[in-house]
Amino acid sequence: MIYYVTDNSAHSVALSDIPEVEYAALYNDLKERLQEQRYHIAHYFATPVGNRLKFYLLLLDDKEHKVMLSSFAMDYYDDVALPSLTALHPQLHPFEREISELYNVEFDSNPWNKPLRFSFDRRNRNSTIDTYPFYTIEGDSLHEVNVGPIHAGIIEPGAFRFICNGENVLHLEIALGYQHRGVEKEFSSTDNRLRQTLLAESIAGDSAVAHATTYAGVIEKLLQSPTNENLIKERAVALELERMAMHIADTGALSMDIGYQLGQVACEALRTMTINTTQAWCGNRFGKGLIRPSGTNKPLTEAKRKMILDNVAEISRRYDEVRLDINSSPTILARFEECGIVPKEEMYRIGGVGMAARASGATRDIRSSHPFGAFAQGYVDHQSVVKKQGDVMARLMVRANEVLQSAEYIRDILNSYDVSEEYSHPDYTSALTPNALSFALTEGWRGEICHVAITDEKGSIETYKIKEPSLHNWLALALAVRGEGISDFPICNKSFNLSYCGHDL
Amino acid sequence: MGAIALNTLLMIVVALSIPGVINRTRSILAGRKGPRLTQHLHNVKLLLNKGAVYSTTTTVLFRIVPTVYLGAAIVAMLFIPVANLYPLISFDGDVICFAYTLALARIAIIFAAMDTGSSFEGMGAAREALYGALIEPAMMIGFATLAMFCGYTSFAEIFEHEQSFNLHYTIIMLLTAFLFVKITFVESGRVPVDDPRTHLELTMIHEVMCLDYSGVDFGMIQIAGWLKTACFSMIAANAIAATCCFYWWFAVPLAILLTGLSVGIVESTQARNKLVRNTTFIVTISALAALIFFIGYLLQLDINI
Repeated sequence: MIYYVTDNSAHSVALSDIPEVEYAALYNDLKERLQEQRYHIAHYFATPVGNRLKFYLLLLDDKEHKVMLSSFAMDYYDDVALPSLTALHPQLHPFEREISELYNVEFDSNPWNKPLRFSFDRRNRNSTIDTYPFYTIEGDSLHEVNVGPIHAGIIEPGAFRFICNGENVLHLEIALGYQHRGVEKEFSSTDNRLRQTLLAESIAGDSAVAHATTYAGVIEKLLQSPTNENLIKERAVALELERMAMHIADTGALSMDIGYQLGQVACEALRTMTINTTQAWCGNRFGKGLIRPSGTNKPLTEAKRKMILDNVAEISRRYDEVRLDINSSPTILARFEECGIVPKEEMYRIGGVGMAARASGATRDIRSSHPFGAFAQGYVDHQSVVKKQGDVMARLMVRANEVLQSAEYIRDILNSYDVSEEYSHPDYTSALTPNALSFALTEGWRGEICHVAITDEKGSIETYKIKEPSLHNWLALALAVRGEGISDFPICNKSFNLSYCGHDL
Repeated sequence: MGAIALNTLLMIVVALSIPGVINRTRSILAGRKGPRLTQHLHNVKLLLNKGAVYSTTTTVLFRIVPTVYLGAAIVAMLFIPVANLYPLISFDGDVICFAYTLALARIAIIFAAMDTGSSFEGMGAAREALYGALIEPAMMIGFATLAMFCGYTSFAEIFEHEQSFNLHYTIIMLLTAFLFVKITFVESGRVPVDDPRTHLELTMIHEVMCLDYSGVDFGMIQIAGWLKTACFSMIAANAIAATCCFYWWFAVPLAILLTGLSVGIVESTQARNKLVRNTTFIVTISALAALIFFIGYLLQLDINI
């Protein structure tokens, strides 16, 4: 038996239940399994245990809705090279690169063994972001364009190196790591659970609710405490509000980048309305302070429930007009259609997740494949929005349809919400299950978020690992601009809107 | 003498007014109140009061270009009459001189962009050179149409035509006005060809060439841009005024509103072209110019329509 099989709504797993196998066995199994589109890797990381380096791997089976856990170990100072899985399945590249960077584990024949994010505790301190080994192509007719790491707008830092033939992009390489803060280490450096919650909210500012929900999921599985119905519903509403706000904001940003003023100002107004709704509920426009483990400080009152219902209905109605405007403007369609295409096969190969994957026809959606919270309880019947084209327009239309869909979900959930029920207060003190591994998967607006916590014998968090969907999707952006004009890079970039700090942690 | 002074003054008024009208139109269409009509003047005043910062990779060429650019734009402006008034400089063939004075401005700023050694500015220079070369035929054929139909080769004489109603003359003048409105869009770098508001270096054409300019230099480039827009706008306005009401008090508001409103409306409602489609867009303007020339030729032969 190579895997321990569980699912996204089960409790935490005792460490002793996770089989420890030989790398060769795991390698051979994954080599075959990952050829099937139903499987993909949710997380794969190493952590030192005593004088050993222990590797954990979470494999998702989308068809059977199962999560498969496995592990293997090697001596901390062992320098045996492991055969690289990235060479066969590029979707593993961020994981193998991280392990290599942190622990100097060599993956034999890894075609893209570059530093991932320049962690403070990386093994090779001589490798710095200023000496990032950019890929080069020689040729008289080629020129390189370097954009960043500091950008003209208000976005985060990241270096983009284009190799162009005239206006056409041959290759784009994205070097990240400027935003590294050591978030994962911070989680294990404190037992203060409120502090940890605040950390979770700060992993990526635009996904505060999604990350906090994932963290709360991890902790609640370790507490083995049942969560009440209203809490689950509130979290779903908050998550869908965040999805609406970000998708609307990106519709506006895409309009701005092509100089379409009406779409831009309409979406800016609607996005403000959406985040102000969240603010009226919990006091923060990004939903910070709303999600707490095992309880809430901001229960919905009847007035707030009504306010959210009214606002969401209004936003949904007005946004639909913008969507129709965009759909019926030839000048806009000429910009978005057939631009920045990522084919479905490529998306599966690189392990693309979330709305970007769905725009390419790759149905990766945790809400239906590994349901959590309200989606697992059946309060909403989720149907993923999927498009086939994989271009900027498809990504925009997935967003547009998801905004309308989320508005419906919020309406349905709030209509069945009973404000008279007792609510529970957050639990920051109960002891966590010792010697256990707990994971939670959430579909944030950008895609699949996976947090994994491992507790020690005293029940403190020893290792906390975070995976943001951007970790996979940055490569999708690089593929999208290949062969495009360099002037179309900004709209390709906006159509993904990936997180720098979520990647750099 | 008074007419010449008034002419020059009015050209300056047109140049300074158009950006304000564009911004106000865009604001109103976006449902905002918008900045005051003179906001752009305050912005440039601020720039003119500042010193300039120069990159260490640039040479003296980079420093003299703003002067050449603004100088060329001022000289070009002095060729343009305001309806029945008279421009400062006028001689036979001044339409050609006008076109190449502006070409001098273009080549100067292209050299300055190349001088910075920045990969962005190099791309901008390449784009500007391509689109500049493509719009030139449209402009020259437009002038040729006017010259052929009116029998003169100087702006001042072209538009001074008899006031009696003439159907052929009206048709050609209105078509030419339309052509020059289109040329205004390209020459002043507005949507759908270029987007002066964008912050994305990779998509810019004109703006990216000015990225390294600051303070007083940048202010001069902005003013030159306004003057250029005013020249083309006034040519279009003159062509319309010549058919109905050839007086300066009609042509001046017409020139301001023609460009101010059309640019404002297009920028509010339409997306920018994909960059590769700009080529088609501009070549189409040249084709339009050729068509108007051909119509003008047929009308001059006095065929019956």
